[in-house]
Amino acid sequence: MIEFKLPSLGADMDEGKLLEWKVRPGDTVKKGQVVAIVDTSKAAVDVEIWAEGTVFELLVAPGETIPVGTLMATLLEAGETAETTKRTPRPAPASKAAAPTPPRRGPLPRAGVEGAVPGRRRISPAARKHAEELGVDIDTVAGTGPEGSVTLVDVEQAAAATVSPARTAAAPDKSAEMRRAIAAAMSRSKREIPHYYLSEPVPMRRATEWLAKANESRPITSRLLMAVVQLKAVALALRKFPEMNGFFRDGAFQSAAVAHIGVAISLRQGGLIAPAIHDVGEKTLEQLMLDLTDLVKRARAGSLRSSEMSDPTITVTNLGEQGVATVYGVIYPPQVALVGFGRIVEQPWVENGALTVMPVATASLAADHRVSDGHRGALFLAELRDLLQQPESL
Amino acid sequence: MKMTYREAIRQAMHEALAADPRVFLMGEDVGKYGGTYACSKGFLEEFGPERIRDTPLSELGFVGAGIGAALGGMRPIVEVMTVNFSLLALDQIVNTAAALRHMSGGQFSVPLVLRMATGAGRQLAAQHSHSLENWYAHIPGIRVLAPATIADARGMLGPALADPDPVVIFEHAQLYNMEGELPDYWRCDIATAAVRREGTDISLITYGGSLPKTLAAAEQLAAEGITAEVIDLRVLRPLDTGTLAASIRKTHKAVVVDEGWRSGSLAAEVMARIVEDCFFELDAPVARVCSEEVPIPYARHMEEAALPQMPKIVAAAKGVLGK
Repeated sequence: MIEFKLPSLGADMDEGKLLEWKVRPGDTVKKGQVVAIVDTSKAAVDVEIWAEGTVFELLVAPGETIPVGTLMATLLEAGETAETTKRTPRPAPASKAAAPTPPRRGPLPRAGVEGAVPGRRRISPAARKHAEELGVDIDTVAGTGPEGSVTLVDVEQAAAATVSPARTAAAPDKSAEMRRAIAAAMSRSKREIPHYYLSEPVPMRRATEWLAKANESRPITSRLLMAVVQLKAVALALRKFPEMNGFFRDGAFQSAAVAHIGVAISLRQGGLIAPAIHDVGEKTLEQLMLDLTDLVKRARAGSLRSSEMSDPTITVTNLGEQGVATVYGVIYPPQVALVGFGRIVEQPWVENGALTVMPVATASLAADHRVSDGHRGALFLAELRDLLQQPESL
Repeated sequence: MKMTYREAIRQAMHEALAADPRVFLMGEDVGKYGGTYACSKGFLEEFGPERIRDTPLSELGFVGAGIGAALGGMRPIVEVMTVNFSLLALDQIVNTAAALRHMSGGQFSVPLVLRMATGAGRQLAAQHSHSLENWYAHIPGIRVLAPATIADARGMLGPALADPDPVVIFEHAQLYNMEGELPDYWRCDIATAAVRREGTDISLITYGGSLPKTLAAAEQLAAEGITAEVIDLRVLRPLDTGTLAASIRKTHKAVVVDEGWRSGSLAAEVMARIVEDCFFELDAPVARVCSEEVPIPYARHMEEAALPQMPKIVAAAKGVLGK
């Protein structure tokens, strides 16, 4: 029996809503096949399975919101049959520390009786229901009712305070949810990760000239962007600096064998997502360009795959288009580094003892001091700088 | 027309006696004395000793006789002086009247009306003052009514006599002297609860002798800017949960006022129905005001302290509202 559980699709995800099953009982599935679409606070994600077998039972219905780790389906391994396999009772939420425990059901203590259960906020059933209808996060609502309980009035006031009158309050606010998810992940990052920051001006004349030449013969639609040149350079630099590439989990660092680079993509409706391009170091620039275009399109359409959400081993953010010179990044946990690129700006530059005008992009590194030190970080940026001087070799 | 609750009861019985020769009244002191609460004054002279029958002090005997008469085709009104005394007749009521239709496979019905006074407030001490409506509301096979207004005192007896099964009518002893306007249209059903005052902030749910106190509490709350809805259950069995639920959906909060003792009370049943039907509508725990759990005291100040009173109801409502 193979158990398929809701994977975490990022450090900021602790539950997801099943939108759709892409398989039915009896279907055979292959590794990497998309089996379900799950809505996280950030996007609707195509969730892949990493086992092979025959779908036996689907244990979660579309529309249900479940904590990460919840058993969603069972599959039969080769040789197992429905007759020899026991049916699974409906899943209880996984006993994972991070998973939120379902609210304890029970009557609220009678008004006037002392000694409430500590730790359980007093929220009236009507207030809880109304908050759901209004898309108000009940945990953010202050209670002013009997014994500090959260009542309908509190929810209505909270809704009135947070929702501008022009907007309809009916549907849960997706962008507010995303904001909360980003807030949670970034707060965790700044709480847990001792960042250090380095930056290095990188001469870009060779890369710019090489790219212009390479694009001359290409149709507009397949022209390369500097972004993919930078991505590839980062991936190659990481081969020599594995301490920048991987995850810090449970007090220990595990480096990743390959570079799945999370690309920070800002979404039109606001917010940010950083799904992975896989195996960047192994791909040609042409392939990376196709991948990047596809990823941006799907990120904005909200059809990312689970592996893209959970796999990034490092993040690269390029804010050059927005015109900033230097990026001071916040690491996306459990990753341990973030590389930023600013815009390419012409500036005075001394080369071979002579003053010249040089297009320069500042590459910056935010890295986790628990895993690497400034010395190694500096060498990493130097390696990145040198790689970008040989664009033809990328 | 202005009249007392007592007079409304009297007119209802008079109408029934005059309209249907099968109707007769039986009980302690209903004839020569004119009724313990003077509800049958003048009936003996008008309808004669065959139809207005004084009985010995033997509840088990005369309630049983009433059941027999009902089985035999009569439409008896049996008056028991207080609910405390009716305990002597519980065997007849529970084991016979309530059960016969079911035990006979529907061959026999018991169209008996049993009237009795209930409740405290008149310094009659612990053997004459209890509110045991919930004992009867527990029993399948009988219908239990609690007229709390002049109109219901006038209107409920007719449909009770028309009911083919036993009906118990509780008249709160504090209500007999209550005076009020009998509306032109006083005919009523014996199935539904009534909204006695509309409001949106909280539902005050009560019945019988507690209704005037609860209405006074609603008035007091209104003076403080709280609009309370007052529900009169009227029918204690079967409970009209639809009216309760509609009110809770509007106010999301409730206080149940019941002169019975809290443990195992009608208030408890009402609260349970609210939680069963309206859990997700509730904005605060449901509260209740009941009698203190003591045999009702004789001393006036202690009796008053033991019963639900207007200030207690106001305080409970404010507690639920967090004010």
